[in-house]
Amino acid sequence: MTVDTKLPYEKDYVNEFSNNRNEPDWMKSLRLRGLELAETLEMPKPDKTNITKWNFSEFKHELPQVEQIQSLDELPEEIKVFVDLENTKQNLLIQKNQTIAYRSTTSELEEKGVIFTDLQTALEKHGDLVQRYFMKDAVSIDEHRLTALHTALVNGGAFVYVPKNVVIEDPIQTIYWQEDATLASFNHVIVVAEENSSLTYVENYISANQEEETVANIITEVIAHDNAKVSYGAVDNFAAGTTVYSNRRGVAYRDATIDWALGGMNDGNSVAENITHLMGDNSNSNAKTVTVGRGKQSQNFTTQIRHFGKNSEAYILQHGVMKERASSVFNGIGKIEHGASKSNAEQESRVLMLSKDARGDANPILLIDEDDVEAGHAASVGRVDPIQLYYLMSRGISEKEAERLIIHGFLAPVVNEMPIETVKNQLTQVIEGKVN
Amino acid sequence: MAGSTLEIKNLHVEIEGEEILKGVNLTIKGGEFHAIMGPNGTGKSTLASAIMGHPKYEITEGSILMDGEDVLEMEVDERAKAGLFLAMQYPSEISGVTTSDFLRSSINAHREEGDEIPLMKFIKEMDAAMDYLEMDKNMAQRYLNEGFSGGEKKRNEILQLMMIKPEIGILDEIDSGLDIDALKVVAKGINKLRSENFGCLIITHYQRLLNYVTPDHVHIMMQGKVVKSGGPELAQRLEAEGYEWVKDELGIEDETVEQKA
Repeated sequence: MTVDTKLPYEKDYVNEFSNNRNEPDWMKSLRLRGLELAETLEMPKPDKTNITKWNFSEFKHELPQVEQIQSLDELPEEIKVFVDLENTKQNLLIQKNQTIAYRSTTSELEEKGVIFTDLQTALEKHGDLVQRYFMKDAVSIDEHRLTALHTALVNGGAFVYVPKNVVIEDPIQTIYWQEDATLASFNHVIVVAEENSSLTYVENYISANQEEETVANIITEVIAHDNAKVSYGAVDNFAAGTTVYSNRRGVAYRDATIDWALGGMNDGNSVAENITHLMGDNSNSNAKTVTVGRGKQSQNFTTQIRHFGKNSEAYILQHGVMKERASSVFNGIGKIEHGASKSNAEQESRVLMLSKDARGDANPILLIDEDDVEAGHAASVGRVDPIQLYYLMSRGISEKEAERLIIHGFLAPVVNEMPIETVKNQLTQVIEGKVN
Repeated sequence: MAGSTLEIKNLHVEIEGEEILKGVNLTIKGGEFHAIMGPNGTGKSTLASAIMGHPKYEITEGSILMDGEDVLEMEVDERAKAGLFLAMQYPSEISGVTTSDFLRSSINAHREEGDEIPLMKFIKEMDAAMDYLEMDKNMAQRYLNEGFSGGEKKRNEILQLMMIKPEIGILDEIDSGLDIDALKVVAKGINKLRSENFGCLIITHYQRLLNYVTPDHVHIMMQGKVVKSGGPELAQRLEAEGYEWVKDELGIEDETVEQKA
């Protein structure tokens, strides 16, 4: 099978799509440029995973009508579990089929001048701010075919902007709920933390299309200005029918922190790229990823932290459990640029194999162009230790339950980092469902 | 009859093709405390591991019965549910699983589905047992045995013993690496369990622990067999005179069957 290079959506469609949304001119021209670039640019080539036969062209882009959610009680159970229903004062945005359907914010957010809204509204009301950050400092439109196509077809997402010196105590949560089985998600999330500000953002992607095929092409850009702190949590839970390309990128300036806790719980083929640029001196990042692979899915996780600033600190942690015929590649890349002296790049990748047909590959890579630095890596691919099983079983715990405990324990270092309790519990539940 | 009975008959055990146990016979009844003593490398720990079903040990001959039921036919978890408990010499470290969650799962494994121990009751019992063993309460929230000192691991084994309340407890070198204060605490925990319904097999090569936990029966193991049995006075004589007299009496030159640890 050869890849269909013809784009599923043409210039006229994109033009009209942008017009219907009353987008600023700059956005429309960027979309059209993306469309043009998509015709000539190549697909990304994730290291050690061949994606040439994956579905990136079969999807629906036209948005269906979406009714607003009046009350959280209306939500179906599978969405409810992500939400703290008791909490009536929370920062929550629910996007249903790529259209905002529910939004609540605390008075704290309004008073402090924080922007927390869907991308479409942000383009209308805060066009200049969006233009300043959209596909600028973190991700570029012309990196490859999927970044270009993403720009052309963006159809959802959120914009979060925290002004200077503002510290947000309550987390900000978004739920991207794909109820329509064939609708593609071209979500774009921008989180900007100005100087000395701090926030916690957590998102959930969820769909139920086991059979129907579609695509998610998601880009996240996180900008942490001097001495800002962003804690970013995500649980990606697209069903088996969705092919996922997700690109989460951070840029941290002087003394800034970007921490990632990412749960890769998709059931379909997925490429997940998480790159953080430590631009400023004393900037730092903890990038943690956890996944459970099952069925026949193939996944590629690349976590990269690039050090430009002096004395910058990075820690990459990837933990994956592989069962059935699933295969995953974990690429951990610590890259220290010339001049980033006194920096420290640490990483650890661990894969636990539950079946002889599963495949797991952990590739630690250190690229260092500076003398006065520290770096370290650890990687392992192994099975459940029979002596650990014996110990647990010697207390009466069944083999199945013992294995379950060991798996949850193995994933705990990342799961426990999830900043919102309901999301942490839900991630635990999702893992539970996948490993059993 | 109170308590359970563990019968070991003519037990032969191999590890990686090498025979370590060469016909062990031993019966432990509820209410009885037995001590197995002997120098290093005589098969004591192998006996403990074989009873519990350690995956590396292969039983080539003989039988182990718990109240007449064939233990060797049981999976490891079934042995535990039949009432056996082994306090291990080298407990596994399990990352990401808290001691408290593990203990609760263990207790619930001994109970019927739908009859799980209520959380508050569990916490109360655990706190009481931890107090009794003079353990730091933070340990309950630490990952199972991860980063525990030798002494903490041993106390944790006794904590599990106290909370699971088995019919037959086997303690494999529970005294090794303990200072005298820790040893007294561990002994206190063991003694608390003494009842008509609890039988205990204490494996040690020092008399030291037996000063605090008095056994009813003492067995000496050499060359993979029980070569001599007696009362508590036997342990005292070993303490005073060592093992040489036993070897002389039985005409044993090399008492070991395995490489010394």
